[in-house]
Amino acid sequence: MTKILDPKKKLDIEEILNNLEDYHPRRKGWTWREKTDYKVEKFHFKDMTKPLKNSVPLPASKYFNFIDPQPTPVITTEIASGRFEDDIRRMRMAAWHGADHIMVIRTTGQSHIDGLLEGTPEGVGGVPITRKQIRASRKACDMIEDEVGRPINFHSYVSGVAGPEVAVLFAEEGINGAHQDPQYNVLYRNVNMYRSFTDAASAKKVMADARIFQIDGAHNANATAKEGWSVMPELLVQHGINCAFSAACGMPKDQIGLSTVPPCAPPAPKLWYDLPYAVALRDFFKEYKFRAQQNTRYIEADIEEATRTHVIDTLISALTHADIQSTITPDEGRNVPWHYNNIRGIETAKQTLVALDGIKQLIKIDRDGPLGEMVRDLKERAICFLEEMLESGGYFFAVEKGFFVDSARYPERNGDGIARDGKGGVGTGSIVEREADYMAPVCSVFGKNNLPAGLKKPCDLIDGCTLCKPEKIFYLDEIDPNDNCNLRLKKTEEFRKGDKIRPEVEWAGDGTVLIQLFLPEEIEVARVAALEVAKKMGLNEPEVINAQVMHPSEGTFLEVKGKVDFSIDRKSLKIPPKEEMLSEEEIRAGIKKVGFKVVAGTVGEDEHSVGLREILDIKHGGIEKYGVKYHYLGTSVPIGKMVDAAIETGAQAILISTIISHNDVHRKNMRKLDELCREKGIRDNLILICGGTQVTREIARECGMDDGFGRGTKGIHVVNSMVKTMKAKGKI
Amino acid sequence: MSEDRIKKFENRRKELEKMTDEQLKSRFWELCQKVVEPMVDYGKNYTSPSIERSVLLRMGIDSPTTQGAVLRINEAGLLGKGAGHVVLKVSDKHKITIREAAKRIAEDKTVLEGLF
Repeated sequence: MTKILDPKKKLDIEEILNNLEDYHPRRKGWTWREKTDYKVEKFHFKDMTKPLKNSVPLPASKYFNFIDPQPTPVITTEIASGRFEDDIRRMRMAAWHGADHIMVIRTTGQSHIDGLLEGTPEGVGGVPITRKQIRASRKACDMIEDEVGRPINFHSYVSGVAGPEVAVLFAEEGINGAHQDPQYNVLYRNVNMYRSFTDAASAKKVMADARIFQIDGAHNANATAKEGWSVMPELLVQHGINCAFSAACGMPKDQIGLSTVPPCAPPAPKLWYDLPYAVALRDFFKEYKFRAQQNTRYIEADIEEATRTHVIDTLISALTHADIQSTITPDEGRNVPWHYNNIRGIETAKQTLVALDGIKQLIKIDRDGPLGEMVRDLKERAICFLEEMLESGGYFFAVEKGFFVDSARYPERNGDGIARDGKGGVGTGSIVEREADYMAPVCSVFGKNNLPAGLKKPCDLIDGCTLCKPEKIFYLDEIDPNDNCNLRLKKTEEFRKGDKIRPEVEWAGDGTVLIQLFLPEEIEVARVAALEVAKKMGLNEPEVINAQVMHPSEGTFLEVKGKVDFSIDRKSLKIPPKEEMLSEEEIRAGIKKVGFKVVAGTVGEDEHSVGLREILDIKHGGIEKYGVKYHYLGTSVPIGKMVDAAIETGAQAILISTIISHNDVHRKNMRKLDELCREKGIRDNLILICGGTQVTREIARECGMDDGFGRGTKGIHVVNSMVKTMKAKGKI
Repeated sequence: MSEDRIKKFENRRKELEKMTDEQLKSRFWELCQKVVEPMVDYGKNYTSPSIERSVLLRMGIDSPTTQGAVLRINEAGLLGKGAGHVVLKVSDKHKITIREAAKRIAEDKTVLEGLF
C-alpha cells in the first residue's frame, strides 16, 4: 500500500527507505498520457490529455482561472545530482509542473563497471544506479504519481559493459524506460563492438518482455560532431541500425523510440536544417516512436538563450510529431542542473506545446517547395551510406574505418570520425560462443537456449525466476559503511526536518545562491568586480557563471553563484497571517446595510487609470459587483478634491490610486490624505485605502491608510477590507 | 579513393532518383536489416560474463556472488555451457540450493571439475 502524500508536507525520505527490502513495483512497463476532449473555460483544446489532480499551472494561468492543460506528448526531465535522496524531492516538484518521464543519469564511469553496484554511494554528474537507489526512487514515484494523478515513467540507462544485468535489474524493479543502443557503447564509451552487440541483444530481449520503453543513442552524434547538422544522413543510419536490431531481438516497434534532436541552432537559419531532418526521420520511421530532445550542443551560459532555442525545438516537435518531448535544463551550459531549472525546462515544453495546440489544423508543411527536395536529399544520402557500408564489409568494418561521427556531410569526409578497433576496447575478447548444450533456466533469454523438452516456462527448472517470482530477488542494502545515504541524511536532517532553513539548488543545505547584477564596466573588469561584490555580500566560493556584454564599454550583465553557511531559524520568523476573506454573501449584506459609497481617483500628477478602473467596474469584477456605488473623479486629482467629494457625497471610503513612486511621492500622497481628513475632523468616519504597484499593506498603514493594495489586487480584496474595517468599527 | 567514393555515391544516387518515396523507404529498411544480420547472429550464438551474471541474477543470486561465480565458471572454460546451467548442475549434484551452489562455485573452483 502506497502512502498518501499531503501536498502541505515534505517528502519523508527516511520513511521511503523504511521496509525497502519488501517493496516491489506495483506495475511494469511504459504508460502514455490519456487523451481527452478537453473543454475548459472558453477553450476547446484540440490535442490535450487528462488534467492533473494536483499541479502548479503556468504563471499566466491566473488570468485563465488557473487551468493547467496537459499536452499529448509525455514530458521528460533529467534529474541526477549525485544524491538520489535529494533528487526525489526534485522529482516531486517536476511532476507537479507536468513531467511524467523522469530520467536519472548514471554517475560518471558507471558504463565501464563490469557488474552491478549496490548500496547508495554518492555519484559524480549522476547517480550510481543500484537496486536500492532505483527501488527507493520508484517507490517515491509511486507516491508522487498518486499525488498528481498521473503515472510517472521512471527511466535510466541500459548501456555499458553490464548492460544485460542492468536490464534484468530494471525489469525486476519496474523501471519504465531506458536508453539502450549498442552503437553508443562502441562509439562513445569504447566498449568492444562484438561484446556490445552481443550484450545488447540479451538486454533488449529482457527490456522487451518487461515492456520497458527503449530510447536510442543516435542524438549523441549531434552533440559530438563539430557541425551537428552535417551528420544528419548518418543519424538516419544510426537510428535505422538500432531500430532494426531491436526489432530483430524481439522488441515491438511501438516500444522503440528514436532519440532525436533538432541539430542546429540560431544564429544559423535553424529551420532550414532541422525541419527537413525532422520530416525525413518521421517518413522513414513512422512505425516507431519519437522522443524529441532539445538541443544541448549549442547551449551557452545564458539561460534565456537556451530557452529560446528550446522553444523553437519544441515548435519543430509540434509541426511534425513527438510522442515524448524531452527537456534540457537551460542551465546545463554553466552548471550541473539546479532544482528550479528542471522546472524551467518543463515549463518551456508545456507552455510551447499548449500554445501550439492543434497547430497542424492551421498550418501544413509544404513539401512542394525546397523542403521536399531537402527531405529527399537526406534520405538518399542515408541510403547511399548504408550501401557503401555493406559494400565495404558491413558495420563492424565501417566502425573500424571511422565511418561514423565524421563531421562532414556524407559522402564527404573530414577524417575526424570515431574509429574503433574490433580487437580493442573495454571487454575485448570476453564473449564466448554458446555450446550446443548451452542452457539458461530463466525467462527472457535471447538466442540459443537448449532447454529440456516439455517445460511450460524456461524457469520451471528452478521453480520460477525473479521475473516471475519477485520474492526471489536478492535485496542488498548498504555495502560501504562510509559512503551511503544514511550518513548523508543525518547531516541534512536539520534542514529537511528541523527548524533550520538554508538555500539550496541541488542538495539539502548546500547553501548555494545566485545573484544577478549589472555593472557599468567592460566585461573583463566587470568579471573581477562582480566577485568582489559577491564577497562583500558575504558569499563564499563566489564564481561568475554568466557574463554578457551589454555594450563593450557601457556595461555587462553578470550572474554570480556563491555559498552561504548560515541558516535561518524557522521559529524566529514572523509570518504575516493570511488574509481571511469574508464570504460574498457577508460582503454583499454589509454593503447593502450601510448603502456603501466610495469616491475614487488617481491622485497627484499621475495619469494612470487602468488599475483603479479594474478595481471599480462591474465588468472587471470590481467593487461595483458587490453593490458599492462609486464616484470616479479621474486622474491627477488633487487630494483636497478627493476629500471634498467624499464629504459632498457622504461616502464611507476614499480610494486613491498612486502608481508613480518617484521620490516617494506615493507615500507623501497617502500621508497628505490622512492629515487632511484629520484636519477636517472626518478621519474616523472614513475608510482610506490606497492602491498602486509600489504599495503594500505595511507601507499604506505606515502612512496613515486603513489598508493598501499592490499588484494582482481584485475588487473583492478591496471590498472585503472595507467591510471588515466597518465591522471592526462596529458600523455593520 | 576519395574521388572514387564520391563517384560511386553519384552513381548510387542516380539509381535512387528513379524510386518513389515509398520505394526509398523500403530500400532503407531492407539495407538496415541486412546490416544488422551479423550482429543478431552474435546475439544468438555468443554469450558474455554480463549475460551470464544476468542469468544468475534471475535465479535469485546476489550480485557480488554472480561476479565470483561467473569468473570461476569462465576460468574453468564453462561459460559456453551457460552459468545458470553450471549452477544448476552443482546444485543438483551436491543437493544444495541454487544460492548455495553459486556461492560454493565462487569460493571453490574445484566444485566445477567433472561436471560435464
